[in-house]
Formats: sequence, structure tokens, C-alpha cells
Amino acid sequence: MSAVTVPLAVPDRPINVVALSIVIILFVLVAALGFVAARWRRGEGTGLHSLDEWGLGGRSFGTWVTWFLLGGDLYTAYTFVAVPAAMWATGAVSGFFAVPYTIVLYPIVFLLMSRLWSVSHRHGFVTPADFVGGRYGSRALTLAVAVTGIVATMPYIALQLVGIRAVLTVLGLGSAENVLLTDLPLIIAFVVLAAYTYTSGLRAPALIAVVKDLLIYLAVIVAVIYLPLKFGGWGPIFDSAEAKMGATNPATGKPVGVFIPGAASYSAYWTLALGSALALFMYPHSITGVLATKSRNTIRKNAAVLPLYSLMLGFLALLGYVAIYAGTQPIDLNGTVNPQLVVPQLFLDQFPSWFAGIALAAIAIGALVPAAIMSIAAANLFTRNIYRDLIRPDATPRQEAKVSKIASLVVKFGALIFVIGMDQSAAINMQLLGGIWILQTFPAIVAGLYTRWFHRWALFGGWLAGIIYGTIAAYNVVNPVTKANFGGAIAPIPGTDIQVYIAVVAFAINLIVAAGLSLLFRALKLTDGKDITRSSDYGADENDPKVAQLEREQPLAEPGAPTF
Amino acid sequence: MSSPDVPTRAPARPGPYIVTGILLTIAIVVPLFVPAYSVAEPSLAGMPFFYWYQMAWIPITSALIGISYWLVSKEDRRRREAVRVVTSPEEER
Repeated sequence: MSAVTVPLAVPDRPINVVALSIVIILFVLVAALGFVAARWRRGEGTGLHSLDEWGLGGRSFGTWVTWFLLGGDLYTAYTFVAVPAAMWATGAVSGFFAVPYTIVLYPIVFLLMSRLWSVSHRHGFVTPADFVGGRYGSRALTLAVAVTGIVATMPYIALQLVGIRAVLTVLGLGSAENVLLTDLPLIIAFVVLAAYTYTSGLRAPALIAVVKDLLIYLAVIVAVIYLPLKFGGWGPIFDSAEAKMGATNPATGKPVGVFIPGAASYSAYWTLALGSALALFMYPHSITGVLATKSRNTIRKNAAVLPLYSLMLGFLALLGYVAIYAGTQPIDLNGTVNPQLVVPQLFLDQFPSWFAGIALAAIAIGALVPAAIMSIAAANLFTRNIYRDLIRPDATPRQEAKVSKIASLVVKFGALIFVIGMDQSAAINMQLLGGIWILQTFPAIVAGLYTRWFHRWALFGGWLAGIIYGTIAAYNVVNPVTKANFGGAIAPIPGTDIQVYIAVVAFAINLIVAAGLSLLFRALKLTDGKDITRSSDYGADENDPKVAQLEREQPLAEPGAPTF
Repeated sequence: MSSPDVPTRAPARPGPYIVTGILLTIAIVVPLFVPAYSVAEPSLAGMPFFYWYQMAWIPITSALIGISYWLVSKEDRRRREAVRVVTSPEEER
């Protein structure tokens, strides 16, 4: 009877009761933890009524908590789903670059982030745009950094939902006909997430990150030891991957993918890694994680120990090749091949239901940590750099916390509507653009940590030039199969045929314009903005007696700044 | 700023920062130099060179940053203590 309405070739996905139960149990446990977090390490008296408490967890996280928090923040559920999916679909250039990316990331973090921490700690900056505003005294530049941050973060949150959805799909939830039924578990998960983020702030993802990270390590370690043993070692796995990548794709007439990059792909490979590494700590959610740490050196110590996550990501990427050998079939609800289902499907196919449940729960919970931090970071940007700077300059810390909590809800529901209402590829395209855009805030934020040589309007001009070039170049990349725009992140350098990551070219244009205009504006003697920072701020530490001393002697005239 | 800038740290000795700069440059440049490792042989436990070499750089980078951390934090401590001796006792908290 109902067989008539069912479209052809839709796989019959029975609900895996054991795995689903484990996912639900772990999810409920984690949600409870999120609400309990409100009481964790709570400051005396103030409660969560300031951005320092709600939005930065009291600026009190030590090395261990930061390790879990940043690990959970940077290595998102979408990463866990998308990197092996890229490996499975097209091989090394689009997938394995994640390894050099997350290697070169940490020397960069080591160099830059403790200076940003010091100056932010001294002045009570909560967002990167706060720092740019304090350093350059330019409303336009502050707003540019804040809006770029918010716009780049929104699709990133949406992609976390894509990660949860991949898990729910392979578990057998959802159907091709009933859209509401498909999206209901997703909506429930997000309402719970929104509720505990609202009540607990950054403490919730910090506590949940510990559980999530331990689960994901467990899942990956077991998988990379057990699966190669089962399939006769890594040799046959790589052989089958090489065979798949070398075959000809009937749609394009070119090889399916890249197994080991040839000379033509070198520049694409390393610019993808470098550009992504430079961009990652310009994202507001990464900076939120940095500013929540207790002391100047916490982030540096973490730069040395966070690479353990990169090792885990590297092995997870190789699971994409394991799935090629295992013949995993990532078939979506509508019967099409969806590479993003490959890792959840691999776990479900190859492991007992209870262990698959743990692994799938780790991915789903893995979405909740970054989604919470991202929404907090975007909300802080809105509160500090749009609400306070433009609408209510005299907002009290209590009002700021209130606005930020509400803004975090708006951001999350915006992301939810994005994923449910629009095509999934819209979120992926926006995320691609977001990566290009966020890198354009790098000169304003990072140059400012070391020098005031750049003129504020020159930085603004560079930012604008980078955004315009990056957007046009990304639009002009056409997918060879679907003929759609925004077909990828790689384009030739203008005037050459060297293929590189678009964001890096846009960044170079940005720097050249900013430097050229700085020379011009200095020659024209355009006025500089007011710089409220001093050189001593960039080396200040938490227990540096000078900090408290200075703040008492000469309070910085900045509303909302905490008293030390 | 009306009040004079009170330094939080004494002037730096260049040594530790130069060494750190070299170590971190190695950690950034070498993993990005693709021509050095885009080959299949020698493979390790069935893994082509391209894959295991990049994975091997993760612990190496970690160690380079660890050494950098030790160097820089030691110098940082020295600079803080040096500036603390100069300040008069009643300024201390």
C-alpha cells in the first residue's frame, strides 16, 4: 500500500535501537552536565551577570581545561565528518591537508596569542574587535572586524548541525518523505543546547568538552588499531585508495582524486594548509577560548600539547581510506551518495552496535561544544561591538551579559533555520566564503599586536579589497560536475596558472593595499585614531603586580571594563 | 596617555627569542615544503611516505614548541623579576 509512494532506490534504514539508545543516554548526560556547569568554579557574588563570567568563564581556565576546551572547539564535529569524507571522495589534496594545517597552526598560535591575551586581560577586551577598537580608535575598522566575525561564524554553526544530522541519518532516524520527522531530533538537540548555553555560558561547553574529547579519543584509537588488523594491515587499505583515486571519473574525464599530490598540486596543498592555519585563530570562537585562559602562558603551553588532537585528526582522515577498502556505502535518505555519512556508516557497519553508539555519540556531542562556543563568541561580538559601541555606549556589565545571552539564542536559531530551510550546500558555500573572509581580519588584528605602522583607514581598505577579491574569485570557481558556482576553494593566481587557496591570494592583496595606503595616508598626514594601549600591556601577566596597580591609579575610561 | 608607561618586564635578551624564532620557523616551513615528501617510498607498515611523514611531524612540532615554551617562559620570568627589583617596595601589592 505505502510502497507506491516510496521513491526508488531508497535504502531501508532500520533504526539501530542499541546504538540509538546509547546516543540518547550520552546526550541526556551531557545536557545535564551543561546545566550543572553554571555552578562550576563560580565567582563569588557576581554570578554570571557579566561578559567576563558568562562569556569567558570567569577568565579562569587553566592548562587542562583549556586543552579540552580548545580541542573541542577547534576540532569540530563537522571536521570529524568532512575530513574523512573528503579523503573518501577525492583523496589527499582536499582532505589530508588538514594534517599540515593543524601542524603549522600551533607555532603561529605560540607567536601571536599570548600578546593578544595580555593586552585583552589588561583592558578587559572580550572580542578581537574590542582590541582593534582600543588599538586604532576606529569605529569602521572595529565594525568591519566584528561583522566579519559574526558572518563567518554563522555558517560554521550551521555546519555543526550538518554533523549531527549525518549521525542521525545513519542511525535510521528521519525519512525522505516526512521532513518534520527528519528534523525533529535536530531541533530538540538544538533547543537543549541553546538552553544550557543561555544559563551556563562558556562553562557549559568547557565541561562537556572533557566528556566529548575522551569519547572521541576512545573511538578513534580503537578504530585505527582494530580496523587495520581486521583488514590485514594498512597496505591493502592504501592500495584500494590508490586504485580509487587513480580511476577516471566518467563525469569529468579526469582522475577521481589525488592519492599523492603531483607537482601541479603542491601550491594548492601548502596554501590550503597555511591559509587555514592563519585563519583559524582569527575566528571569534578560537579567540574566546584563548581569552578564557587564566594566564599569559596558558595558551603557549597548550600550543605544545594541543597537537595530540592533530594526530587524532590525521588517523580519523585515514578512516576515509579504510572506508574505501571496507566498501562502505554512504547512501543518503534520498538515495544519493553523501560522502559525509562515510565515517558514521563505517562505525555502524564494522563495530558492535554499542560501540558504534559511543562513536556516533562522540560525533554528535562533538557538534554541541563548538556550536555553543561559536554562538557565545558571535553574541559577544554583537554585544560589545554593535550594541555597546553603536547603540548603548553606557551599557553596564549586567546589561551586556543579558544582551549577549539573548543574542546567543538568536544566532543559534538563525543557524538552525539556515540548515533546515536552505540546501545543505548553501551552508557549505557560506563556510567556504567565511574562511576567506575571516582571514581578511588578520592584518588588522595581528599587525596591531606588534606595530601601529599601518594606518587605520589603510587596514580598512585592505580588508575591503581582500573581501571583494575573495568573494569574486570563489564565485567564479565552477564545479566541473554540477556546473554550480562556489565549486571549491582553489583558483589560479591572477595572471598565472598556479592553483592556490583563494584566501591566501586575497590576504596578499589585503596586505599590499594596506601597506600602500598606509604610506599614502601618512604622506597626506591623515589623523591617526586614539590608541588606549601601551607597550607594557602586551607583556602583562595575570599575577603581575603592575596590572592591578595601574588599574587603580589610572582607570582606563572604558565602560564595562572589569575592575581588577 | 597622561601617566608614564610603567614597564611590566625588563628589556629582553635576544638569545632565547632568536632560538625560538628559528625553531618555530622550522615547524612552519618544513611541513609545508611539499616536494620533499610527495612520494610513496619508503613506506612504513604499509603507509606511503607522504602520509606517515606528515603524521611524524606532529610530535616533532610539539617538541619544538615545548622547547620554545621552556626558553621563552624562563626569559619571561627573568625579565619580570628584573623589573620587580627596580620598583620601590611600597609599589608592591
